[in-house]
Amino acid sequence: MSATTPTAPAPVTPDPAGRGSAVGRVLGSRWLPLAVGGALVVLAAVLPLLAIEIPGILPGPTYMPGTLQLLSLCLIFAALALSYHLLFGTAGMLSFGHALYFAVGAYGLGIILQRTDMTLVPAIALTVLVGIVVALGLGAVSLRVAGISFAMVTLAFAQAGNVLVRRNAWLTGGEEGLRLNTTNVPEFLVGVLNTRNVYWLALALLVIVFLVVAWFERSRAGHVAVATRENELRVRVLGLRPFSARLVVFVIASALAVLTGTVYFILQSGVTPRASSADFTLTLLVMVVLGGVGSRWGAIVGAVVYTLLDQRLSALASSDAVASLPDVLRIPLSEPLFILGTLFILVVLFLPGGIAGTVRRVGSGRRATRAARDRLEEAE
Amino acid sequence: MSTVILLLITGLGLGALYFLVASGLSLIYGLMGVLNFAHGSFLTLGAFAGFELTRRLGGDRWEVFLASLVLGAAVGAAFAALTELLLIRRLYERHIEQALVTVGLSLATVALFEGIWGTDPIYVTAPDWLGGTTSILGATIPNNRFVLIIAAVLVLVGIVAFLRFTRFGLIIRAGVENRSMVTALGIDVRKAFTVVFAIGGAAAGLGGVLASHYFGYVSAHLGGSLLIFAFIVTVIGGLGSLAGAAIASVAVAVLQQFANYYWGVGDLVVVLMLAGVLLLRPSGILGKKVHA
Repeated sequence: MSATTPTAPAPVTPDPAGRGSAVGRVLGSRWLPLAVGGALVVLAAVLPLLAIEIPGILPGPTYMPGTLQLLSLCLIFAALALSYHLLFGTAGMLSFGHALYFAVGAYGLGIILQRTDMTLVPAIALTVLVGIVVALGLGAVSLRVAGISFAMVTLAFAQAGNVLVRRNAWLTGGEEGLRLNTTNVPEFLVGVLNTRNVYWLALALLVIVFLVVAWFERSRAGHVAVATRENELRVRVLGLRPFSARLVVFVIASALAVLTGTVYFILQSGVTPRASSADFTLTLLVMVVLGGVGSRWGAIVGAVVYTLLDQRLSALASSDAVASLPDVLRIPLSEPLFILGTLFILVVLFLPGGIAGTVRRVGSGRRATRAARDRLEEAE
Repeated sequence: MSTVILLLITGLGLGALYFLVASGLSLIYGLMGVLNFAHGSFLTLGAFAGFELTRRLGGDRWEVFLASLVLGAAVGAAFAALTELLLIRRLYERHIEQALVTVGLSLATVALFEGIWGTDPIYVTAPDWLGGTTSILGATIPNNRFVLIIAAVLVLVGIVAFLRFTRFGLIIRAGVENRSMVTALGIDVRKAFTVVFAIGGAAAGLGGVLASHYFGYVSAHLGGSLLIFAFIVTVIGGLGSLAGAAIASVAVAVLQQFANYYWGVGDLVVVLMLAGVLLLRPSGILGKKVHA
């Protein structure tokens, strides 16, 4: 299904609002987002060749391995947040177990590289395949319930994964984590000096994940998934099967998370059990909500902002300026998660659309509010 | 034989702990549809409050121990009531956002607890008898298990009596059944929401103090680790059902103890049990319907 079908109902993620106005026409045109996106990708791709310094946000100039490491982490989390957006934003499935698939990717690749003679690409392919099988099995069970129960069930499965990882130290390294065995990894991806190659790999990953998510949202199955989110009964009445649509979304989102996990493993040269914890999924949820639920760009921006904030707040926490403050201020400021958690609460309470929603509101004024209200009424 | 009895009673003790957390979760969900991720923080704060009291007054005295239980419950209740008034109340009927707010609260508070009390577990002191053991039919059972079981039974009886015999209880029961009808009859059901949160918080705070004696320490992650099992218990028991939560707590904990002792796979067995229950009975043991 192409995006051009004009008659297809398009309840996909909130449209660039304000199609009527002159600004709206430009913003709403199909080519502009494509051009902006392409330009951003090109800009991101040449960053390792430039020496841009953004004091306070980046730890150093952009060609330094340390900075590239942080930027790669941003890209990887952006890809992961996008896969979560597919689950939560598009299909409305609140999962608390998405970290499980990320961990399957990281640990799966690690174990295959350590135990077999496979080279990198087949190993990644096999890992993704394993992830798809796991997602099919667990998805089929957990999709028997919906809403909050679904959230709890996915949480329970992810917790079981976390326990498995921690308990089976002979395979996963237990609490110590698993290191990357570089024997069968191409040389240009190994070592601190090659960080920029890994950075480009992460960028490619983000582009791939973005394209898959965008393509899926415009596909037939994607429309059914969105319709199921809005009104499951109506979908049933139309003779479509909500269960299959949900399962497809679940498997695709999980497969993307597995793929992201493999790149994360290469970037970090290892993985610790934290990647499979429920807290990690919550972090992911924070990213998506911070950026704006239901918006692809929002998920990416949210992930980048969160990762940078987390990093910079940790730096702030260990700075002398904070250490000299009285306890009442020092203790909260020295805990990045406290600040991020509070920020998250404020966003949920006062900025329901997150960053993307706020930008859209400011950009198109009242029209967007009216459009949003209309859409809500339609949904009811 | 003695091993079986030991596992059974220890399992009952753990089940009591699960119930103290799950009862509040289940009530809150049943009445308001809120999945409360901050429930673990209620428990942790209660545990720290109890710990601070025993640290100051000497934990080996009985009256201090009892006072720490009361204080833990009171702090848990106050924290929960404040959460409801300040955060949840603004988002009525928006269940996903309510869950998100509690997620944020749980992240922020756990970080704050770590900042205040540090990341390492802190060992707690208790009256000597509590740290000792009692021999029953040849099994040597830690005494704190009995206290846990008694406390959980008292809480169960207390909540049931409250729901049965008071006007608030009547409103809450009616609200779980059909909230719009209660509102239509002109009753302010929002007060009941705060009360339910406070009750759940009190049970969790009490559970926190007892959990610190069960595990022997307090830490900022005490609540989080128990919360996941409490979630599982709530789903297995049927969301919103107090009796279901009680039955499931005991079943899950006893099964977990046996599986841990004989095969070392307690946590996995619990998850498998959850999957099995969902496959056979998606609404849980005593749940009426699955909310979308």
